[in-house]
Amino acid sequence: MAEDKNEDYILTIDNLRRVYKDDDGADVEALEDVNLKVRRGEFISIIGASGCGKTTLLRTIAGLDKPDSGSIVMDDHEIKKPDPERGYVFQQGGLFNWLTVKQNIAYGLKTRKVYKSKKQDVPKYIELVGLKGFEDSYPYQISGGMAQRVAIARTLINDPRILLLDEPMGALDSFTRADIQDKLREIHKLNGITMILVTHDIDEAIYLSDRIVIMTPRPGKISNIFEVKMEHPRQRGGVDFLEMRRKLLKEFDLATAQPEPEYNI
Amino acid sequence: MIKKRSVAYGFLLSISGFLIAALVNKVVPITADVEVVDYKVGGLTLDINSAYRLVLYSLSALFMLLGLISLRTNDSWKKFVKGAPLRFASGIGLLLWDLLGTKWQVLTQPFFPGPAGIIKAFLVEPDFILENTLYSLRLYASGFTLGVVFGVGTGIIIGWFPKAYYWVTPVLNVTGVIPAVAWMPFALTLMATPFDAAVFLIVMCVWFPVTSLTAQGIKSTPKVQFEAARTLGSNTFDLVFKVAVPHAMPQIFTGISTANAFAFTTLVMAEMMGQPGGLGYYINLSKVWSAYYKVFAAIIVMAVLFSFITAILGRIEKYALRWQKGLVR
Ligand SMILES: Nc1ncnc2c1ncn2[C@@H]1O[C@H](COP(=O)(O)OP(=O)(O)OP(=O)(O)O)[C@@H](O)[C@H]1O
Ligand SMILES: [Mg+2]
Repeated sequence: MAEDKNEDYILTIDNLRRVYKDDDGADVEALEDVNLKVRRGEFISIIGASGCGKTTLLRTIAGLDKPDSGSIVMDDHEIKKPDPERGYVFQQGGLFNWLTVKQNIAYGLKTRKVYKSKKQDVPKYIELVGLKGFEDSYPYQISGGMAQRVAIARTLINDPRILLLDEPMGALDSFTRADIQDKLREIHKLNGITMILVTHDIDEAIYLSDRIVIMTPRPGKISNIFEVKMEHPRQRGGVDFLEMRRKLLKEFDLATAQPEPEYNI
Repeated sequence: MIKKRSVAYGFLLSISGFLIAALVNKVVPITADVEVVDYKVGGLTLDINSAYRLVLYSLSALFMLLGLISLRTNDSWKKFVKGAPLRFASGIGLLLWDLLGTKWQVLTQPFFPGPAGIIKAFLVEPDFILENTLYSLRLYASGFTLGVVFGVGTGIIIGWFPKAYYWVTPVLNVTGVIPAVAWMPFALTLMATPFDAAVFLIVMCVWFPVTSLTAQGIKSTPKVQFEAARTLGSNTFDLVFKVAVPHAMPQIFTGISTANAFAFTTLVMAEMMGQPGGLGYYINLSKVWSAYYKVFAAIIVMAVLFSFITAILGRIEKYALRWQKGLVR
């Protein structure tokens, strides 16, 4: 990764470490020595095998989890607790079932006590995520894909500087995924917001990202970072797309291959 | 499209039972030894039979009106037609009861008066019945409202603070199994008036289910909803009152409807055990004079009153939980 000293970084992750105890009380190193600098306006995808600490990393950036050591600094401020300037889209189940689409999206405006002055944003964001006509539906009345678009809209309305997405499309079918991917692209292009996306889908990562971060488990580490330098909109069947895909798959095979255990007697 | 035949069937069946009952009441002579006197009620001069027929006509008119209203949509009409046979049967039931209880008095008197006999209570002392009904209503409203407020309040506190849950739950579990009226002797000595004592008992019996179900609802709020709320800028107050409490609403309402049933029982029992008024008190009083028709009258008032309250609570619940899947049938 090329790191220019004059580059404008929004987020600096420094020597992050997080250890959990499993059921037997043994240590699980969810994150170990994680370092990453995120450029302002960048789109980063994190991919890696299950249990390599992707969610832990994202939650720590959000301020939902605390690291055991190391730090995350966002524009000179160390992240200590959640803040609407870092929006978080959960895999599923984050919507408030008792609020309509409109009310879910307006929720952040109300808790931040700016609803009176920013009311007019609500229809704007409903329009942005293409949910016009569903303003007054309750979550149980809309599809999973629509629910995720609501989840995205209700974080965006807070004008976050970073949008964190933890497998937001994991539970969706591939048509709906493609649809939301395009929405994310559009939003990223529109307001240049920094996005960090956790995904299991290599194509999704290539389609959207400026950089792809590969993580490996036990302990959870960043093993490699790929720059994706392709023009948008990217052609999923294009030559360089497939080339990138091949490179990542190869990396992945390497990353997930278990080394033969060594016995030193 | 609602068919003409269906309309004819629905209306005829709904009102004919009551009209036939009225006709029978009018033409069949009383063979038993029943004293029929005129009473003046609200400008009308009625004896028990004409009052009874008035009730039957009112019922017919009511169902006529309901039928007309439900003609608006297919679904509501279907619902109306579904109840038609039941209405017819009720009319015939009243007819038989009238014959057996009043006209021929085959049933043991004075324990089982006919419908006209029961209506006599409303002709003899309408004001007194109203007075006692209002007393019950006031008692219920005070006790139930206070109980729900305390219950939801306690439920939120113990649902939110694990320490509070630890200390309060045993108290809740022990007091919860004791029927509230068992506290009557204490309530009567501790409270300034018998009314306050009864309110206290109703509060007790409402408090328990509302508290424990509210607490359960608060505690079962998924972590992800709190986390989502926090990333959207919520403070602790928001987490409690904009996330946990709305999430707990279905359980809170389960608690409230359970409590409602408890409250009716406690109310009537408390009234029968030493209140200066109320429908329970009226029953006791009437029993002393062997005026069983008045006991039946009080029971009918209770049935109407309690069904009405339960229906209103049901409406409120349905509205408050309109966001829940599968609630709207
Ligand atoms: N709250 C927790 N308590 C104990 N262990 C945890 C906890 N959260 C995560 N872990 C452990 O930390 C490791 C990393 O978890 P994490 O959820 O970050 O992985 P992930 O990369 O997001 O996995 P997935 O792709 O399955 O979502 C796992 O081994 C997991 O078991
Ligand atoms: Mg995860």
